[in-house]
Amino acid sequence: MKSKAEGLMISPIKDGTVIDHIHPGAALIVLRMLGITGKTNQELSIATNVASMTNGQEGKKDIVKVSNRELSKEEVDRIALVSPHATINIIRDYIVVEKKGVESPKVLYGIVKCTNPGCITNANEPIRSAFEVTEEGLHCLYCDTLINTDLENHIT
Amino acid sequence: MKDIISIRDFSRGEIDSLLARAGAIATAPQIQKTLDGKQVALLFFEPSTRTRMSFTSAVSRLGGTNITVDSVEGSSLSKGETLADTMRVVSSYVDIIVLRHPKEGAARLASEFASVPVITAGDGAGQHPSQTLLDLYTIRQSMPLEGIHIGLLGDLRYGRTTHSLAYALSNYDVTLHTIAPKSLEFPDSLVTELHKRGCRVVEHEDISEIVPELDVIYTTRIQRERFPDAASYYNVAESYRITPEALEGHKKGMIVLHPLPRAGEIDPRVDAMPCARYFEQSGNGIPVRMAMLEEVI
Repeated sequence: MKSKAEGLMISPIKDGTVIDHIHPGAALIVLRMLGITGKTNQELSIATNVASMTNGQEGKKDIVKVSNRELSKEEVDRIALVSPHATINIIRDYIVVEKKGVESPKVLYGIVKCTNPGCITNANEPIRSAFEVTEEGLHCLYCDTLINTDLENHIT
Repeated sequence: MKDIISIRDFSRGEIDSLLARAGAIATAPQIQKTLDGKQVALLFFEPSTRTRMSFTSAVSRLGGTNITVDSVEGSSLSKGETLADTMRVVSSYVDIIVLRHPKEGAARLASEFASVPVITAGDGAGQHPSQTLLDLYTIRQSMPLEGIHIGLLGDLRYGRTTHSLAYALSNYDVTLHTIAPKSLEFPDSLVTELHKRGCRVVEHEDISEIVPELDVIYTTRIQRERFPDAASYYNVAESYRITPEALEGHKKGMIVLHPLPRAGEIDPRVDAMPCARYFEQSGNGIPVRMAMLEEVI
């Protein structure tokens, strides 16, 4: 249930994308993964650690609203790594026209930096990093390094 | 197969087929000149003696011509050219590229930018599939790959040959016995992967407890730089040394392999024993690399 206070924190957007149920505290990482930085010109609203009610349980979540940009499935699926329960709402003229969850991509391109300093993706070559997303973690398709800890610290 | 980058790209059927082809080449009364009129670039941006020489020999025996670059200093890489650009350019000169490079994953990148087949001859601590294939070939010369017990001895953490070999062997019904100093054991992620692939991996502290069960002993170099001081290195290295005494009670038909060069891991007295197959193993690099070249052309 939404409180009045929460409604005041982030006002509705006319057109764009609302990413809801982001893992509390992960909103800024989500923005980095989507390539949305302070240098881009989108109008953004970010709320972190706001009260949330999921399946009758009280908790916290982050919310990001991006005006005038409809994020594609390929873009939003990247955030499944740090926030697998996030939901994506596409808004047109204040109405939710599409609502979907996020799914882990099979291969993640260019989002994560390989932790192996000897990996060719860390050399001055015209390629993006490429990781297979597995149950064990992220498997570098170039040097076979497995990243399964501190994932957030390796996001480019 | 367009490129040969990693042993992980091979199915069991593809491994068997390539080993059979190498066997046919080794026993053929006359070698087919399948590379006649073809040019092969051997780009060795990292030092190598036996791999480079055996690829050179393999190309010549198949009737092809070698163009060799054997240092970064003598190449455009020293002028700051990317490997991607080098691959694009060299592709227009030759029919096959054989690449050794210090960066892991370099071979994968090379295959993405080259328009001709790429065979990796080692990339840093990463892939070295021709070594794995010749290891399998040498084992298969003495015994089938099914149902055997293989002891992997030495530096199992940083040694790329044992990682690739273990992965390749997990295509078969084998039991791997690992014997490694503390902190130089197989990485946990590799053991988990091998288990998932149905491979039995058993850890041992001492080679003597397992020698009578083994069909193959595969030993690798323990590097001095992995230890804090010379004394602890010598202590450990001595206890992982293969000697005639350490092999007492071994199974009939057991073989000892080593990717070479060795640095004291195998007592020279073992060389005269029937189980010593490491020089033969090195020589098998020729038919196996010939089969690899034929595979991609």
